[in-house]
Amino acid sequence: MVVAGIDVGSKMAKVVIMDADRNILSYVMARTGTDHRETSETVLGEALEKAGLKRDDLEKIVATGFGKISVPFADDEVTQVIAAGRGAYFVRPSARTVIEVGAEESRAISLDENGNVRDFALADKCAAGAGSFVDAMIRYLEVTPEEFGQLALQATRAIPMNAQCVVFAESEVVSLLHSNVPKAEISRAIHDAIADRVIAIARRLDIRDDVLLIGGLANDIGFIESMKRELGKEVYVPEDYPPELIPAIGAALSAVQGVR
Amino acid sequence: MVSVQESEYWRWPETVWVDESRNWQDAEVISCGIDLGSVSTQAVIVADGELYAYASMRTGTSSSASSEKALNAVLEKIGDMKREDIHYIVGTGYGRVSVPFANKTITEIACHGRGAVYVYGNTVRTVLDMGGQDLKAIKIDSRGKVINFLMNDKCAAGTGRGIEVVCDLLSVPITEVGDMSLKVEEEPEPVSTTCVVFAKSEILGLIRKGWNREMILAAFFNAVSSRVVELLERVGVEADFAITGGISKNVGVVRRIENKLNMKALEPKVDPQLAGAIGAALFARALYIKSRK
Repeated sequence: MVVAGIDVGSKMAKVVIMDADRNILSYVMARTGTDHRETSETVLGEALEKAGLKRDDLEKIVATGFGKISVPFADDEVTQVIAAGRGAYFVRPSARTVIEVGAEESRAISLDENGNVRDFALADKCAAGAGSFVDAMIRYLEVTPEEFGQLALQATRAIPMNAQCVVFAESEVVSLLHSNVPKAEISRAIHDAIADRVIAIARRLDIRDDVLLIGGLANDIGFIESMKRELGKEVYVPEDYPPELIPAIGAALSAVQGVR
Repeated sequence: MVSVQESEYWRWPETVWVDESRNWQDAEVISCGIDLGSVSTQAVIVADGELYAYASMRTGTSSSASSEKALNAVLEKIGDMKREDIHYIVGTGYGRVSVPFANKTITEIACHGRGAVYVYGNTVRTVLDMGGQDLKAIKIDSRGKVINFLMNDKCAAGTGRGIEVVCDLLSVPITEVGDMSLKVEEEPEPVSTTCVVFAKSEILGLIRKGWNREMILAAFFNAVSSRVVELLERVGVEADFAITGGISKNVGVVRRIENKLNMKALEPKVDPQLAGAIGAALFARALYIKSRK
């Protein structure tokens, strides 16, 4: 038996193909684009091809993410919170607090020792604590996402950022650049500001070890360092799979469970 | 002048105006107010307490250059007035510290209160200033003195900058979006977020769903006006009520605020975007007179 989990986010669509023994056979991630339906079809096709399988081999498809309604071929849906929680427990069973920072939202999930969701908190009305904030900032700093994360590690001092909004932060970054503040320090200031906002959401729950960071921003070394510093504790990221893939893994796990 | 490209739907008209019916040389006191906002800069010349000339321009990347540009534009329009002819200059707005030639700076809250009385008359008690990057609800007395105020300056949702982004997305000039949004038979549900960053994906989603531009604008302005009314209700709205700042020219937002408040906004005597700069110029006049005594 083979199943698929598909997570259509605002920026990326991800597909995981999994067998009944919960082995991940293949995965594919791609930009969501403007047509969610077409993107989800394409991504699923690519993942099947990578696994050497055909559409008919799939026993069940479970969708999640903000664009899950655009996956008409899905047999079932699962909420983003449950998908993220299941995926997190799968890649790190010792995780008790999961912090996900996506392109347009961030969320914190508290898990029990069996991987069930105890509680969660969301921020989806403001871009300041999300990946799109970083996208806007790297445009202004004219660096690549990798350089942006690395730069923060080279900062020799912490400068505060006042702006709590992408729109305001843009003008603040421009004026910092004009006053010759090194890009490394601006990068650290931006990372610290996002970490502050994300932690404010997580603090609505009781933050317990291990803290696992997932979502696209978990690829950013500068952000991981800011999170560690601001939280005052160790923060883990998934080791074997990209951090933005975790909810798709969770959706695939839901499919396996449902089929059994 | 910057050339206007067709694709720049956000671009609002820059204006330079002078009262041709008067001669400034007859005036005893010439005062000037510069309102350096995040999106627009206004330079106003007041002759003996009456608006005489103004320039309204887009704020560039340098605050001091923007204030120079606006003041030079207004002086050029007047023709024979030199900077030395101005007795006193007050800077206001978020960039007020960057007005290099100002004799003094005063907060935009105080200036909008004072200017609102000039623009709307002395019955106005609640002023809503809808600017490029913030919203302010101000309660004033009959002389324009600020009694209380609330400000939303942490988030660009529902501000001029947000509306500019939406204009570009929908390819509708900023001067037309207000009217266009009123051409719906039934008011649609408000969009779920007015965040400038998210509005983009939400609006693209609505376009895909087949919504027309009128409906999308109505849903967006519906959300913007709800956000504004929330702010107003926290400070407490008292009649008469007036709107200043660039968005006061957007009937789509104004009508919806009026409907939600069940209250009509006052009609302005001059461009309400000038309120802050007029207030600053009136303060400048008072300060000059005081300094001579």
